[in-house]
Amino acid sequence: MSIAYQIVVCGSVVPDPLQTLEPVTGPGGPALKNEMMLPAILDPWASHALYEAANLAKNSPGSKVWLVSLGPKAKHQQVMMTVAQKVPFELVALDGPASGFTEAMEVAAALAEAIQAIPGLDKSKLLVFGGWESASRGAGATMQMVGERLGITDQFQGVDELKIAADGSLEILERIEGGKHQISKCAGAPALLGWATGNLPEPKNNPQVGMVNMRTVMPALQKAKPVKLAGEGLSFASVSLPKQLRETKIVKDKSADDIAKEIVEWIKK
Amino acid sequence: METILLLAHTEADGSLAKSAREALRAARTLNQALAGSSLVVGLVGENVQAVADSIAACPATKYFGVAGKDFAQSRYASDAAAAEAICKSAQATIVVAPATSRWARVLPGVAQRLGGRADTHVTGVADAGGKPAISRWYYRQRMEATLTRAQRPWFILVDPGSQTACECGAGTAKIETVAVNLPDNCKRTTVVGIREPKADAQTIRPDAELLFVTGAGWTKKQADGQTHVPEAEKLIRGFLQLSRASLGSSKSLVDQSGEGQAVLSFLSHLNQIGQTGSTPRHPKGLSTCCHGEEPHTVGWRFINERRAISLDPNCGWARGKADVLYVADAFAVMGKINELLAARK
Ligand SMILES: Cc1cc2nc3c(=O)[nH]c(=O)nc-3n(C[C@H](O)[C@H](O)[C@H](O)COP(=O)(O)OP(=O)(O)OC[C@H]3O[C@@H](n4cnc5c(N)ncnc54)[C@H](O)[C@@H]3O)c2cc1C
Repeated sequence: MSIAYQIVVCGSVVPDPLQTLEPVTGPGGPALKNEMMLPAILDPWASHALYEAANLAKNSPGSKVWLVSLGPKAKHQQVMMTVAQKVPFELVALDGPASGFTEAMEVAAALAEAIQAIPGLDKSKLLVFGGWESASRGAGATMQMVGERLGITDQFQGVDELKIAADGSLEILERIEGGKHQISKCAGAPALLGWATGNLPEPKNNPQVGMVNMRTVMPALQKAKPVKLAGEGLSFASVSLPKQLRETKIVKDKSADDIAKEIVEWIKK
Repeated sequence: METILLLAHTEADGSLAKSAREALRAARTLNQALAGSSLVVGLVGENVQAVADSIAACPATKYFGVAGKDFAQSRYASDAAAAEAICKSAQATIVVAPATSRWARVLPGVAQRLGGRADTHVTGVADAGGKPAISRWYYRQRMEATLTRAQRPWFILVDPGSQTACECGAGTAKIETVAVNLPDNCKRTTVVGIREPKADAQTIRPDAELLFVTGAGWTKKQADGQTHVPEAEKLIRGFLQLSRASLGSSKSLVDQSGEGQAVLSFLSHLNQIGQTGSTPRHPKGLSTCCHGEEPHTVGWRFINERRAISLDPNCGWARGKADVLYVADAFAVMGKINELLAARK
């Protein structure tokens, strides 16, 4: 029995990890210096969720993938130029801040509302995917809140593998302490999975996929609903960069023997 | 007046994890700092009496417990029901919990259920003029913030390894049992097992003194124009066995193994440290054959003493970030280190 899933992936945009980031105090609280100028990418763990979703959809005929994303319209536009070429999906864009300093609960409310508004949503077929943590807030909190709002209490975080059994039940591998995985069996959809790295490499850009996706991406961006995040009740006292520089002693011209001795002594100290 | 609830779960063997005692330390810090606050304990597990007794000398005024077979497993639906029931019974305004995989999965959802807020990866708690404040990192450990919140209950998930464990002693705790009847729809998921590498292939050791970081240099062409991957594998494996270090890796190296190239067989994405990997806590770290700029070296943000071996004297991984950089061939140095360690056995 193959189930036609409705797979909704939640993923926002984050600054390219290669960028230098500096906190500043903006009118609405902390922000990043030149935030709007920083090149963006789709959040890395959410990207893995998207690739896993596309792979599952490919193997479960009749399935469909949506990408629900809250972020500034201009950033979406930039990021979609590449992401839309990766795998087939329909974009549901929300226009608002993607800052790490926004409140998870408020973001979750906006995402859940957008998911509920997807026409023809059928909870018995619904799998909600996301990254287990963002590269911005890095909290691993939003997806659980989205799940609660949708009434989904079969939730998994740090997922590296999802297998669907013949009876439609799900077998899920979640990261736990000490480099291990917990294996769970879930009766079936609806379920929510916060993905870690999973098992799939980044798909190569495929212009044909891009062409098909762009038919929905552009209208989705045009009608992106504005979302205000007030950060109610949340006050930042400070945001600062760590004291970065250590006095690095550079040891050159020592023999491997001497270095080895020094390191072993240090390890055993 | 704040009611501070330490919320913990038992481990598979029925014990209390060190991370729970660390969270207890954070809860006590808040309790001491906030005038008029009270400290209570909530426990979830198959059987919670022994764990409650093990910390009974702490100044908690009450103990709440949800126990039974249904609560032995680490599962969202049952854990959410248990945590929700305890928070309500305790009328908790601040919930301090260890950020274990089990609690991290569920407590933000419970905060949503109770109309509160949740902060995870918390590394410090403090008194900010009579109000509780926390510290946590943003942008994958690249900047640290201190913040306060008006909403309650406020769930504070404390990062394991960030606090000293509370050593309060044992006694006899009187537990108020909180009854939770789990409906069938909370039992759609069952934990069926744990997958772990074989003992000799287990390379992630959170309690190790040393984090050993390997970079892509191990698989690159060396001075003789050849790669030496089997030798690299032997050296690294040998060092891990002799030193009992935990193995971390750069993204480049684990990505290679994911894409089917001939690389180190025991590496997986679980070993990856850095922006899109983990940021483990160990007293010492030794990196080998790594190169990376600040954004990517966050993998050893929480390593106290750091040394690096690289052929590159300008190594971005080490300059300004390590205490010592050895400009040397890691193959030669690690070979000698293994000899010395073997001779000491
Ligand atoms: C979206 C994104 C996310 C990222 N996330 C992460 C992350 O989570 N973690 C991470 O680490 N990086 C991350 N990166 C960065 C990226 O993968 C870097 O390229 C990587 O960290 C650098 O890899 P490396 O240190 O293994 O090796 P390389 O850059 O290949 O450097 C190898 C080093 O080894 C040295 N070397 C070679 N042979 C020897 C020898 N015999 N003895 C001693 N030294 C030798 C060389 O001199 C060189 O300095 C990310 C990048 C992006 C774009």
